[in-house]
Amino acid sequence: MASLVGSRVERKEDTRFLQGKGRYTADINIANQTYAVFVRSPHARAKIKSVDTSKALKSSGVVGVLTGKEIAEDKIGGLIAGWAIRSEDGSEMKVPANPPLAKDIANFVGEPVAVVFAETLDEAKEGAEKVKVDYKVLKAVVDPAEAMKSDAIHDGVDKNLCYDWLLGDRKAVDEAFAKADKIIKVDLINNRLVPNAMEPRACVVDYNTASEEITLYTTSQNPHLSRLVMSAFGGVAPENKLRVVAPDVGGGFGSKINVYNEEIVCSWASKKIERPIKWVAERTESFLTDTHGRDHVTHAELAVTNDGKFLGFKNETIANLGAYARVFGTVTPTYLFGPCATGVYVIPAAYSNVKAVYTNTAPVDAYRGAGRPEATYTIERLVEKAALELGMDKTEIRMKNFPTQFPFKQTLVHTVDSGDYVAGLEKAKQMADYSGFEARRKQSEANGKLRGIGVSSYFEACGIAPSAAVMSLGCGVGLWESAEVRFNPTGQISVFTGAHSHGQSHDTTFAQIAADELGVPMENIDVVHGDTDKGTFGMGTYGSRSLTVGGIAIVNACKKIVAKGKRVAAKMLEVNEDEIEFKDGEFVALKSNKKKTIGEVAFACYLPGQRDEMKSPIPEGDEPGLIESSFFDPANFSFPAGSHICEVEIDPDTGNVKVEKYTAVDDFGRIVNPMIVEGQVHGGIAQGIGQALHENTQYDETGQLMTASYMDYTMPRADNFPEFNLGFTCTHATSNPLGVKGCGEAGAIASPPTVMNAVIDALGGQEISMPATAEKVWKACKTMKKSNAKAA
Amino acid sequence: MKSFNYHAPKDVKDATKLASSSSAFLAGGMTTIPSMKLGLASYKDVIDIKNIKKLSGIKVSGKTVTIGATTKHAEVAASKDVKKAIPALAKLAGNIGDAQVRNRGTIGGSISNNDPSACYPSACMALNAVIHTSKRKIDADKFFTGMFETALKSGELVEAVEFEIPEKADYQKHPNPASRYAIIGVFLAKHKKDVNVAVTGAKSCVYIDKDLSKKLSSNFSVSAIEGMEVKSSGMNSDMHASAEYRANLVSLYTKKAVEAC
Repeated sequence: MASLVGSRVERKEDTRFLQGKGRYTADINIANQTYAVFVRSPHARAKIKSVDTSKALKSSGVVGVLTGKEIAEDKIGGLIAGWAIRSEDGSEMKVPANPPLAKDIANFVGEPVAVVFAETLDEAKEGAEKVKVDYKVLKAVVDPAEAMKSDAIHDGVDKNLCYDWLLGDRKAVDEAFAKADKIIKVDLINNRLVPNAMEPRACVVDYNTASEEITLYTTSQNPHLSRLVMSAFGGVAPENKLRVVAPDVGGGFGSKINVYNEEIVCSWASKKIERPIKWVAERTESFLTDTHGRDHVTHAELAVTNDGKFLGFKNETIANLGAYARVFGTVTPTYLFGPCATGVYVIPAAYSNVKAVYTNTAPVDAYRGAGRPEATYTIERLVEKAALELGMDKTEIRMKNFPTQFPFKQTLVHTVDSGDYVAGLEKAKQMADYSGFEARRKQSEANGKLRGIGVSSYFEACGIAPSAAVMSLGCGVGLWESAEVRFNPTGQISVFTGAHSHGQSHDTTFAQIAADELGVPMENIDVVHGDTDKGTFGMGTYGSRSLTVGGIAIVNACKKIVAKGKRVAAKMLEVNEDEIEFKDGEFVALKSNKKKTIGEVAFACYLPGQRDEMKSPIPEGDEPGLIESSFFDPANFSFPAGSHICEVEIDPDTGNVKVEKYTAVDDFGRIVNPMIVEGQVHGGIAQGIGQALHENTQYDETGQLMTASYMDYTMPRADNFPEFNLGFTCTHATSNPLGVKGCGEAGAIASPPTVMNAVIDALGGQEISMPATAEKVWKACKTMKKSNAKAA
Repeated sequence: MKSFNYHAPKDVKDATKLASSSSAFLAGGMTTIPSMKLGLASYKDVIDIKNIKKLSGIKVSGKTVTIGATTKHAEVAASKDVKKAIPALAKLAGNIGDAQVRNRGTIGGSISNNDPSACYPSACMALNAVIHTSKRKIDADKFFTGMFETALKSGELVEAVEFEIPEKADYQKHPNPASRYAIIGVFLAKHKKDVNVAVTGAKSCVYIDKDLSKKLSSNFSVSAIEGMEVKSSGMNSDMHASAEYRANLVSLYTKKAVEAC
């Protein structure tokens, strides 16, 4: 039987999605449901003097109005930061309380202050307009670079500083810098991004007054984790009385990792008003309150020799956490950022220092790549600038500093198990026709255009696990993954996974893996996820972890099924277990060549005993049934890597930047479904080009979000992209039995520096910040023209 | 969205009779409906005019092209008659918004709303359009009076727009990358006697750049306006584009338009 792993199987989920049959949270309606509308702070920072709900309560159709006072009285806990980060001086990070409904102070525009439930959505909106909140507006802190010099916005958080973290060795770095021929410096802003999942956040809550069980349907990337947090920290209900269902979810990109205010409030309130509740975010609410991404201000330096050897690296970054620290908020700019800051290079000495600050803006958390795009942007801008200043070819300087031996003990934390960085860059150069660039540049010049080429080589640490490592770095939970494989008596198989698919195609990929392990057709396998009542437990999907952690749990559970099947088949075929071979779905007795299919064995597992011809097939010591589960905790992270090359053409009259060519060569280890992986890379590159050229989240000085709709926030569109030219090198991971590596974030990690390096190359090395919008580029072109004229 | 009474009259008389200070005419709804959904506007009566047959359609006479108020952008873009008589007008219509907008949005709605970044007002100005309303005929240069302001009186309904067929014309737009409205748009029309350079997006309301128009009237070539400075004073400056950048674009796209003619 041909292996399904490695083949371009069409996506099982496409049938329902393309026919409009997906079932999203907003599609779910419960009889007798009420509609929730949240009253949100219009101010970035304001004391809440009083909340008057009397008029709202009298408004037509209003069933209830609840405020921060009631939720505090009921001792419902707030939102949490999932990772404890320590400062360089050993002190603990400072985390302010984040109540689900603000009671005394509101700290960003959109923070919920009260909630109105009514019979219809319109009545709930009308009621919400009648809630009168008396605010005393305070001066907002908006700019992260200024936050440490501004008023403290949270009691007990001096200088708005959450932590001042260090990874690496300052002394070793100083020594390395003292030996350098040249120090390359960059000042960078990693622009804040709004995740913009296609499906806005939503929740539907059904409280069962008889069983006292709360069922929460929600747009989550990790329903089990949501249940754990809401139960353990929110105190909403005990875990066994809380069922969390994340049905089809239309994109997350990290923004749906968090348990949000609305889910906690509606779950608590459903029990209080004894009615089901439905809440669906409007797009403006998504812009204002979904966790945002990136937002770093960085100064970094690279110490080099004249012949292009890297000696040392340092990075001083201010990371904006927004108003509160959320689940991955504190780890994203530290352990997801710092360890990758030295990139794919051998750099003997390095450190990363990160000061995380609070501001009166939406909370910032993980967003596709989480920390690793910021790290890659920093090192790859430095490397490109080093090549320019040393007069070296940009690929040659990279090759010169790549490790060639694996495992590669990277400078700061990781030991990279496998890779071949040289092969990746060589392949990318060839595919991009790197050597033909100068001719293309001349051609563009002849047309009055400026052409530039940019390179970036990256590695990243993903497959977010291993528990031992992450817990030692401050994670509040272990990050294993679980799976359960149920072989039904009639031959169909249900594969339960704790990972969650919100665009990742698990229905297909996981079925391919299980089909290969069990030797059955994929059509016999259903992948079940997203419901805490179905399947054992799970940590969810983020950090490119589904396949490398969750997929392996499925493999291991399947192996247990086969192991038990062997024992049962041996008994059925009346031979010793070691005489049985399992191949292509059949248990074969090697000597007699008698066989039992896995389906026959499964059937027998459910029918123990003796009747007529049938003899009890369950061996002594085994139990009936054929259900196995596994919790997999890998030995290491997964380390995908690659090299991307981009060519842009600039129209100096308008500043318009056109991405002409984009080549990506990635190493994701063994690939389960190339079509799906290519889709992931396309999406990641698109988001990265969005960050580099288009997306520009802007708050004004009072903390109002200026870019809170698609009229003002530029989402990249299909006509902003060329056809992507993709290639792969495959060095198998050694940390898992499939040899796979994560692929979900790589595109978004590698592409911003690739594109910016190309833009800056076209501008003759003149640095500009992301996003390189037309006007910014036009101004740079004018400066260039002036300096060229001077030179002439 | 607040509740409202929905009306769908079949003729203009009924439509205008229903109009009051708390009503809105609904054509394509490309601005009205989002404004109502966002709570920025609410009306007691919404008067849907799409069932009024006489308001839709394209007519070409010897000297003019007349487009009914509820004619959709996609219809104008695809019209063989418009493409033949004033290709620049079809080009303009074909680049408004996106496919969904072009299949709902109408010319009457666009000019009645007079968004400072809308495309159509510039065509009206450059092509010496006459706006036919339920009450009178208004010249384009008297019709657009300010930001989101027109000469229309309460209850007055645009019925059609009559464009003068020029010798040559072109429309050039620098789209806002987010909304794809015009950061600036230049409609250039060369008539028998003179040239009109109408600019949208640059200021609070569409206008004719008199200096550029005059120069090109006497010498219709790029060299006539080469080196001519377009002043940025009075131009919009916002997070999408500074006044200085807009001024550069007006100058640049006027040249592009001349080249395209």
